[in-house]
Amino acid sequence: MTVLTAPPSDLAPRVASARPEDFPRPHGREEEWRFTPMDAVAPFLDRDPAAGALSAEPGTYVSMVPIADRAGASWLPTDLPSAIAFSGTTTAVQVAVPAEQVVEDPIVVDLRGSAGRSYGHVDVHVGAHARAVVVLVHDLTVDASGSIVTTLGDGAELTMLSIMDGPAERTHLWNWHTEIGRDARFVGSVVTIGGRVVRMLPSVGFAGPGGSAELLGAFLGDHGQYLEHRIFVDHDQPHCSSNVVFKGALAGEGTHTVWVGDVLVRRAAIGTDTYEMNRNLLLDDGARADSVPNLELETGDVASAGHASATGRFDDEQLFYLQARGIPERIARQLVVRGFFVDVLARIPSEQWRTRVLHRIAQRLGMDDSIEAELSGTDEEAGS
Amino acid sequence: MSILVIDDLHASVTTDTGPREILRGVTLSVDSGSTHAVMGPNGSGKSTLAYVIAGHPKYVVTQGSITLDGQDVLSMSVDERARAGLFLAMQYPVEVPGVSVANFLRTSATAVRGEAPKLRTWIKEMKDAMSVLQMDPAFAERNVNEGFSGGEKKRHEILQLSLLKPKIAILDETDSGLDVDALRVVSEGFNAFRDETGAGTLLITHYTRILRYIAPDFVHVFVDGRIVESGGPELAAVLESEGYERFVGASATQA
Repeated sequence: MTVLTAPPSDLAPRVASARPEDFPRPHGREEEWRFTPMDAVAPFLDRDPAAGALSAEPGTYVSMVPIADRAGASWLPTDLPSAIAFSGTTTAVQVAVPAEQVVEDPIVVDLRGSAGRSYGHVDVHVGAHARAVVVLVHDLTVDASGSIVTTLGDGAELTMLSIMDGPAERTHLWNWHTEIGRDARFVGSVVTIGGRVVRMLPSVGFAGPGGSAELLGAFLGDHGQYLEHRIFVDHDQPHCSSNVVFKGALAGEGTHTVWVGDVLVRRAAIGTDTYEMNRNLLLDDGARADSVPNLELETGDVASAGHASATGRFDDEQLFYLQARGIPERIARQLVVRGFFVDVLARIPSEQWRTRVLHRIAQRLGMDDSIEAELSGTDEEAGS
Repeated sequence: MSILVIDDLHASVTTDTGPREILRGVTLSVDSGSTHAVMGPNGSGKSTLAYVIAGHPKYVVTQGSITLDGQDVLSMSVDERARAGLFLAMQYPVEVPGVSVANFLRTSATAVRGEAPKLRTWIKEMKDAMSVLQMDPAFAERNVNEGFSGGEKKRHEILQLSLLKPKIAILDETDSGLDVDALRVVSEGFNAFRDETGAGTLLITHYTRILRYIAPDFVHVFVDGRIVESGGPELAAVLESEGYERFVGASATQA
């Protein structure tokens, strides 16, 4: 068991360990569990001997490796479900991009669970001065728990998308930790539109000065989904930057989204430039959004530090304006919601995946394909 | 030929202290090819008239009727009114983040025309309309009204007008906040639309300035929620030299 030290903060995890017994069992009153429906996560608080494993099809950069051989071996789980999943995983899904290699096409990792409840570990390493785009597609046909560990060598550039899309039936509990090398650049996008109960916990640390991290998120909840995103950015190196932008739209009785953004700027992290923002759009009266930004500064010597959070109702003036131009209410609403997401989705690395995500969001909003084609400006003549 | 008939229109807005009547019996007909200027002091309710015709949910019509070519406008939703041929160029156009002007224009043209315009002809149509208003083609890629200057917002309103080609156009203080150059460009854009389509126009304004660019056939003085005097273009000249004072006094005496 490693007790994390140096110096203690309310925001940093207290325990990092591969052994489940090192973690106290959460009951729902703890800060990091206080919003979560504990009955849904209960099956992940004990080791399930019947649990299956998550795997992916090997490819040029993708392989299945013994867990001990993974690149990001210094990482340890920071909560009980991730420790249980980790201790129950023998083979990791590994994406490895060698130093100085530039991979233009997205490396797609399509996770598949071998049982109704599956554990997994995904290790992504981009070597020094290499550049890559990775798309991680979660398996929403199973309940899953696991960790993603991303490491960027010095000067590396990684753009990565994690997408949870599928039926609103399953529970998914994930930690996603990214360690950024000196002068390396990371853009991570989280798209959560499927799942019954989802807890996605992205965290970022810096291994050297000059690194930059962007964390972008889009979540769309309805019909009683619970979608939680809990972010922790740990600045402990000088002259690094972080920018966190998460947007959520939600509707329906009992639908609940939670966004917690913790940013810690430690004493050594002089010259830090950090900003975090969450915006939520309530589409009706039944849904609830919690939004909690926390910024803790241990040094005053920062370039810039800020946060913003706003949860608002659908703007009826926008609706009136669009309807006054003949656009029926249903399409006007869809236009507004899609527009709300555009700035976070515009950063999704590949055109193909950006289009796919926009299309899925449109479908979720009840847009039919003809409207979709109309909006993207394509029709039968587009090819000519 | 089209005709918009407003008859004894009364409308209220809900306030913290209960409903407050703003329109108190407006009667006015606007037919194709004619331009009616409605002029009045601040707070007279002239912009409310524009919003009530367009169907803004904030206002409740308590009495009277509006018809377009005999069809009951008040029973239509906001988008139905637009598709029936009414267009309101707004004083304060609303920002719609993440929706590009190009998408917005095409979606509304599709809704109003009942079918998606063919892409090739549409692009030319949009470019032509933009060049009349001296708008850069790059404008189409910007988000609707987001970060637009006052002049850009009004040009964008007239651009929509020229593409959607309504039967009756309502211009709500389109001149406000425009410098002379922008006012000229916007007015020329409007005149091109009017000459091409022969639409009827309700031009709501506080100042006579815009009437030098857009010639009205009729001028109506609007005070305290109703029209207190109507006349030809010469009435605008009276307002220009004497202001609204006489009419405000007259209304108070009547009441």
